Amino acid sequence: MTYIAKPKLHHPALTKNSVGYTRRDYEGKISTLCAGCGHDSISAAVVQACWELDIQPHRVAKLSGIGCSSKTPDYFLGNSHGFNSVHGRMPSVLTGANLANRELIYMGVSGDGDSASIGIGQFAHAMRRGINMVYIVENNGVYGLTKGQFSATADKGSKSKRGIVNSDEPLDMIGMALLLGATYVARSFSGDKKQLVPLIKGAIEHKGAAFIDVVSPCVAFNNHAGSTKSYEYVRQHNEAVNRLDFIEGREEITADYAPGEVVNVTQHDGSVLRLRKLSADHDPTDRIKTMNYVQEHAAKGEVVTGLLFIDPSAVDMHEHLNTVATPLNQLTAKELCPGTPALERINAGLR
Amino acid sequence: MKQISAINDFVVKFANVNGSGSASANELFARAILRMGVPVSPRNIFPSNIQGLPTWYEVRVTESGYLGRRGGVDLMVAMNPQTWDKDVQEIQAGGYLFYDNSKPLPKSKFRDDINVIGMPLTEICNSTYSDPRQRQLFKNIIYVGALSALLDMDPAAIEKLFTEQYKGKEALLQSNFKALKLGRDYALQNLQCPLGIKVRRADNVGDKIFIDGNSAAALGAVYGGATVCAWYPITPSSSLAESFIGYCQRLRKEPDSGKARYAIIQGEDELASVGITIGAGWNGSRSFTTTSGPGISLMNEFIGLAYFAEIPVVLIDVQRGGPSTGMPTRTQQSDVLSCAYASHGDTKHVLLFPEDPKECFDMTAQAFDLAERLQTPVFVMTDLDIGMNTRLCAPFQWDDSKAYDRGKVMTYEALEAGADFGRYNDVDGDGIPYRTYPGTHPQLGAYFTRGTTKDRYARYSETGPDYVENVTRLLRKFETAKTMVPQPVLRQAKEPARYGALYYGSTSPAMQEALDVLAEQGIHVNAMRIRGFPFADEINEFIAAHPGVFVVEQNRDAQVKGMLVNEGQIDPKRLISVLHYDGTPITARFIVDHISKHIAAHTVVPIKTGRVSA
Repeated sequence: MTYIAKPKLHHPALTKNSVGYTRRDYEGKISTLCAGCGHDSISAAVVQACWELDIQPHRVAKLSGIGCSSKTPDYFLGNSHGFNSVHGRMPSVLTGANLANRELIYMGVSGDGDSASIGIGQFAHAMRRGINMVYIVENNGVYGLTKGQFSATADKGSKSKRGIVNSDEPLDMIGMALLLGATYVARSFSGDKKQLVPLIKGAIEHKGAAFIDVVSPCVAFNNHAGSTKSYEYVRQHNEAVNRLDFIEGREEITADYAPGEVVNVTQHDGSVLRLRKLSADHDPTDRIKTMNYVQEHAAKGEVVTGLLFIDPSAVDMHEHLNTVATPLNQLTAKELCPGTPALERINAGLR
Repeated sequence: MKQISAINDFVVKFANVNGSGSASANELFARAILRMGVPVSPRNIFPSNIQGLPTWYEVRVTESGYLGRRGGVDLMVAMNPQTWDKDVQEIQAGGYLFYDNSKPLPKSKFRDDINVIGMPLTEICNSTYSDPRQRQLFKNIIYVGALSALLDMDPAAIEKLFTEQYKGKEALLQSNFKALKLGRDYALQNLQCPLGIKVRRADNVGDKIFIDGNSAAALGAVYGGATVCAWYPITPSSSLAESFIGYCQRLRKEPDSGKARYAIIQGEDELASVGITIGAGWNGSRSFTTTSGPGISLMNEFIGLAYFAEIPVVLIDVQRGGPSTGMPTRTQQSDVLSCAYASHGDTKHVLLFPEDPKECFDMTAQAFDLAERLQTPVFVMTDLDIGMNTRLCAPFQWDDSKAYDRGKVMTYEALEAGADFGRYNDVDGDGIPYRTYPGTHPQLGAYFTRGTTKDRYARYSETGPDYVENVTRLLRKFETAKTMVPQPVLRQAKEPARYGALYYGSTSPAMQEALDVLAEQGIHVNAMRIRGFPFADEINEFIAAHPGVFVVEQNRDAQVKGMLVNEGQIDPKRLISVLHYDGTPITARFIVDHISKHIAAHTVVPIKTGRVSA
């Protein structure tokens, strides 16, 4: 656990991005999570992604539910508004926030208990609605904050720290996201920042429901032999399908992986994602094939990671609702109130 | 045989099968009487079902404008064999039974003390129409035609309504004219017209409008500037959200683009609906949800968050009987306690009590100002009786010069000028802090929203003093709310009165009538209508000024009485409950009966005169 305050002074030589911020400007409060917690690596990846994308921190709204994962928005983007809402209900709060102002970037941070157990309903419906958001599940298969109970993503047969073997089927969030219409679906590992940062960047750029399942080991309660969400297990079973290397118009992100075939994916808004494929038999723009691909590998005990699916023609909830371009929270009585003449006409029709 | 004789003062009840198209014919009948300048008060009594179950439509014709339910039936239009016996039983002695005599019924099915009017409706329909659906639908119009003759109504009023309704649909218009004439002519030629009860042209409707409370509240939300609505279907509130959709499509499109200046989401449940509402409120939109008691129960956890995190949201509760499989199509005022103190922890909420559609409009619009000014959930406590029945009320009014009160929102400019921003800092002493919208300023004004583990600058804190400071400030804020909610309305008796009566919401029309009836009986009662919670000081003063105060409510547990006792430290013995909770709207007869009996039982009768006085 980190309890020493970070020095506020920044090194003057720290590189600034094009909007004038150093990477430190994207940090938040000191994390109160356990030393080595996978979640802190995810926070660091969010910081890196936002800095690299030249996003002004205050243009992001961070929303979360309850649990260790849901505490993390306090630990990144300290100049963004954050909302630690109700257990399992972040998606609805994020939906409302997004409706009120379509111009901000919405980052929903949740955990496997928060999203797969208590929050499975809201997770599902947020995906269905195509809300323009980055939805990150920090997935450790365990309830950390209440000390080690299984969550709904714990694999069948995996062992808890107390030696109990889980007999329930795991809930497959990637499978559900694909089934429910998410238009950007990725999985990564908190221990693989090089893979994770571009995936977060891609998700931020994507206009639609972007879901990233990040396996993030719980060092306190789920990092032992017999766990399928431990650092060791995930490193051994990680099967990356591709590397998201480039984003059009942005600086190249170098990856230290062997080059493979490069695929350009043009999105609805004209932005281009460039994928370096590592697996020849996976097409990330085919939803049905991706579902099969992920399931086949899961059956072999492999955790498939990378950008698993992207719908380049995705549109978001606001397009479905045909809302005005101006954020709803900026409309005034002039635009909203029909006034007395209209009311007189209504009265006349009611006599 | 006795025949009830009355002009413009009687009750007609239609007993139908739901799904038979009777609802629109019955409403046509009510509207036609209105067009003759005579106030009516119709009520739907319907099952939680779409087709095949009994449904009733009760129209009180009331020249004096008493819009509460009267009780008793003068003319029964018995169109449902399933409920025949009960319907016949309900008619007052000397009253009238109108029925379809296409098939003969045994004498035992009738009563001796009522007047029976048979008309072969099915026969007429079968000989006129070949299509089964037409036979069914026009049967309803045919009986309206017959009633117009029996009650001496002006057929031109009905024809004018048809003309308005079927503008541009000539074929439909003509076929309705035909059916109406068919019924009317048959009655004039074969039945004794008119009956002892009659409609006579009057001028008592004036500029009043005829609308249901749910539509009125929806329109109030449009005028009040709501941009986000999230809801989940539940009787009796669904039509509120659906009206909002309709009004927004008419009134809220951006002129050039046709794009929506609103966003409406049908949530997957009530939890999501209130969550969406809270998210939008947090982000600076005026947002609301509409539901009924079971929905409020589901929303409880979120309501507490909104209270402690101080997020403006409006919740419209169209009350009904509980629980979820309770009396969804019957009216009650039984959610008052569960809304006033909704959620876990120490919470209390602002409630508004509209009496009719006019106040549904006014108070819903006002609720958005209150929610943003007070940064808290605000509940509009309507009910099925107001919400789902068309009611005559004052026309809607709007002051175009009035700006929305967006409350204390710290702007980019204020932050830039160096304002000290503490999200939960009571700078003005009224308990209301400043808030910022997300995205306001690159470096200043951002904060992390959470429940109560925070200090006045929204920094994480679990310390006792910070907690106490925060929740004590919320009490100060509730005091501030007291002066902002709609204030009570006093109706002073014409003569000095020992007794007072408190009432609220949909009890209002029955109460007005009851007070008049009581006064005629020499029982004078001062009355005060509660319109908001927290209760205004005036309500406590009213109680203090009377040795006994009736509290008239439509719930079993005297919910508002309990709140008055707790919040005002009032001796419960001073408050006398008058409680009506069978799911039907309260009547003046019920109130008069309870109040007069209580007063009679507690009045000392001087031996010399023997005269009972109040």
